[in-house]
Amino acid sequence: MQSFIAALLNSLDIAMLLFVIAVGLNIIFGVLNVINFAHGGLYMLGAYFTYMLVGRLGLPFWPALLLAPLAVAAVAVVLERLVLRRVYDRHVTDSLLLTFALLLIIDESVRMIWGSGIHVVRPPDLLRGNVSFLGVNYPVYSLFVILMGAAMLLALWALFTRTRLGRIVRAAAIDRDMAQTVGINVPLVITGVFAFGAWMAAVGGVIAAPMRAIDPGMGDKIIIESFIVVVIGGLGSFPGTLLGALVLGFIHGFGGRYLPEINLVLPYIGMALVLLWRPQGLMGRGAAA
Amino acid sequence: MSEPILSVKDLRKSFGGVRAVDGVSLDVQPRETVALIGPNGAGKTTFYNMISGRMKPTAGSVRFQDQDITGLPPHTISRLGISRSFQINNVFTELSARQNVEVALTALHRKHFSMFRPASRNRAIQEEADAVLERLGLRHLSDTRAGVLSYGDKRLLEIAIVLATRPSLVLLDEPTAGMTPEETRHVTQLIKSLAASGDYTFLITEHDMHVVFDLADRILVMHRGRRLAEGTPEEIKADPEVRQAYLGEEEVA
Amino acid sequence: MPALLVVLLAALAALPYFAPYFYIFVATEILIMGLFAASFNLIFGYTGMLSFGHAAFFGMGAYACALLLLHFEVSLLTAILGAMLASTLLAAAIGFLSVRLGEVYFAMLTLAFGMMVYAVAHQWRSLTNGSDGITGFRLTEFGLGLDLQLFNPAVYYHVVLVVVVLASLVLYLITRSSFGLMLRAISENPERVAFCGVNERRHRLVAFIIAGLFAGLAGALFAPFNRVASPDMVHWTQSAEPVLMTILGGAGYFLGPFFGAAMFVLLETWITSFTEHWMLLLGIALALLVMFFRRGVLGTLLDKVTGR
Repeated sequence: MQSFIAALLNSLDIAMLLFVIAVGLNIIFGVLNVINFAHGGLYMLGAYFTYMLVGRLGLPFWPALLLAPLAVAAVAVVLERLVLRRVYDRHVTDSLLLTFALLLIIDESVRMIWGSGIHVVRPPDLLRGNVSFLGVNYPVYSLFVILMGAAMLLALWALFTRTRLGRIVRAAAIDRDMAQTVGINVPLVITGVFAFGAWMAAVGGVIAAPMRAIDPGMGDKIIIESFIVVVIGGLGSFPGTLLGALVLGFIHGFGGRYLPEINLVLPYIGMALVLLWRPQGLMGRGAAA
Repeated sequence: MSEPILSVKDLRKSFGGVRAVDGVSLDVQPRETVALIGPNGAGKTTFYNMISGRMKPTAGSVRFQDQDITGLPPHTISRLGISRSFQINNVFTELSARQNVEVALTALHRKHFSMFRPASRNRAIQEEADAVLERLGLRHLSDTRAGVLSYGDKRLLEIAIVLATRPSLVLLDEPTAGMTPEETRHVTQLIKSLAASGDYTFLITEHDMHVVFDLADRILVMHRGRRLAEGTPEEIKADPEVRQAYLGEEEVA
Repeated sequence: MPALLVVLLAALAALPYFAPYFYIFVATEILIMGLFAASFNLIFGYTGMLSFGHAAFFGMGAYACALLLLHFEVSLLTAILGAMLASTLLAAAIGFLSVRLGEVYFAMLTLAFGMMVYAVAHQWRSLTNGSDGITGFRLTEFGLGLDLQLFNPAVYYHVVLVVVVLASLVLYLITRSSFGLMLRAISENPERVAFCGVNERRHRLVAFIIAGLFAGLAGALFAPFNRVASPDMVHWTQSAEPVLMTILGGAGYFLGPFFGAAMFVLLETWITSFTEHWMLLLGIALALLVMFFRRGVLGTLLDKVTGR
């Protein structure tokens, strides 16, 4: 029973981290119709910026949580304006190719600047240690991750359903031309959404920094996981992303504990099963291709 | 009256809460030309999309030559003998005009998995493609890349692709949209002669009322997803409801 | 053009008789990578499917070839055929799951499943020897009763040349066939093809499997050349290489990928001699090509000639 509860709690913090990252990917897809392959790279930049601010400059964790994602969002604005913008009027393939190229560039830049080794960031004092919960020792930091994820979930839901800004973005997602004709500055919305998605990825990177090893392979790992999340949940579906993140979180939490010898391929098996059963994802929009 | 070739019963399609097509029925007799008219947003294209397999109906059924084809995929429906054109130009711009027709013929003759013989060596298909182009007056453009054809020629090529699949039922979605008066006359004459040949049944949507009244044996008027009226061109012209809802907006001859 | 090709092939055949050893190695690599990229071009350039996981089949071919040589000491020809079969089966499985939805899904799923193969190559140590990869396999004979000194780089180069030329001929025939015409039509407008009565998804799947088969062949040639089959051959960065080669040479042009592979391998050889961050340049090159030079070198040249 205790091992079950431990696995459950483990699953939840993984799931919430995955949700924060994958939902950024999904929001960008909603408006740009493009999967941002560089999303994992932006997440990684968030973690490395945290390492620079906390590990090197000696700043506390909290300002880093504010500053690192903003810096990554600024990088994203430059990338969108200078690179992606040029190919929107072409076939979607070209946008995919460009974000893939950005993935290569960010990955290797990180390797060049910070080397191939592993870096660590210590969690803030407030979040160290363990708490006892239903007889299970649970890291305070994991609780923090779950709360952060839940807070982001609520904030996003409020943003997209309750605010004018959210309605503008949704209008641009549904029909770009129509949004343009009713006076929405669509190019600005696109830049903003891309930067916002990058900001979400970087927030994930900052949160992940104290709990995971910071190395140049972390971006690859997370982008694959995010893909699995959105495929399971359904590309373009907001609740689907949450569901997908929970499913993958459980696969990790329980798979790592009960099926350790094949835990690396379990997520793919889960994804393949969903593709066979419901290709558009558990909560995907019909047969939209 | 003979058995209808196409029999649509109570077809419905909802998007979210919006009912784009709301319970439309239609029987089409063999060798008949039926026009489907209605203002923009009346649900004509959605209706087409459900018959041709592009969309699955929310409810209702479509029967073709006594076979239930409701919700079948487009390639199956096409093979059964229903072929459609599109409102916007939908030709293969990177291929030559002849190759455009070849795509349909290759499918028709089940050669689409032939891998080790150059397509250009298949004389029979090449000649048949040229014959189809000849019929539409495009023969001289066989080797021209479709992307550089004029707008009207692209629309003709689209019809050539449709005919090449040897359909018994042809769905044309605004065949003369954007054409010059000259081109419109040409296409109208063409459809008339095809209909007269007795090989085809036509279902046509069209905005140009001259064309509609010129071609149609029967007209179905749609309005806000529902059937508003159905009858011969004369009956439709005289129908006060139709005049008010639709024809009043346009000049009627 | 045919005359030019004959001259080029004659020069390639004669290469070992005048070029130093180093260039024999470079030429062998160019031929293998050219075939790898050409197989990618069948799905990308001709069918319009952007795969970011093509290395899965290259790597599968390399692993299968190395394992067959190591454990069963079969002839090279048998190992190559076995490798092609393995890659074909893998491509059928991955393709079946990946071609069902649109191109955004396709790009995403091929990358993900490619990394699944990478994870297996890494984790299944008893079979794959983990990150060290499979080494120590020996080339005994070619097969068909031919007495070839395969360990001689010049001889191996000739074997590669013959196999690559034959495979390319088959690929070329496919692109010119009725099936190839359907692929080109699908790349532009899959829906219109479906309305012509063709199951376009099945065509995309078959194209994907053929591409996997030839990528597997390239991988099978690469393992004995490289003397190792290792996980980095399956990594997504390896999948980036045929993408760049194809776009560099010219997507949708049959010889484009071979041109691209030649430029790529020569540049890589030169640049890695003074920096280890070759991948950074690869990424920048890919971005610039997509933005400003989408038709590639060969494509641009041919456009000039045909006045397009």
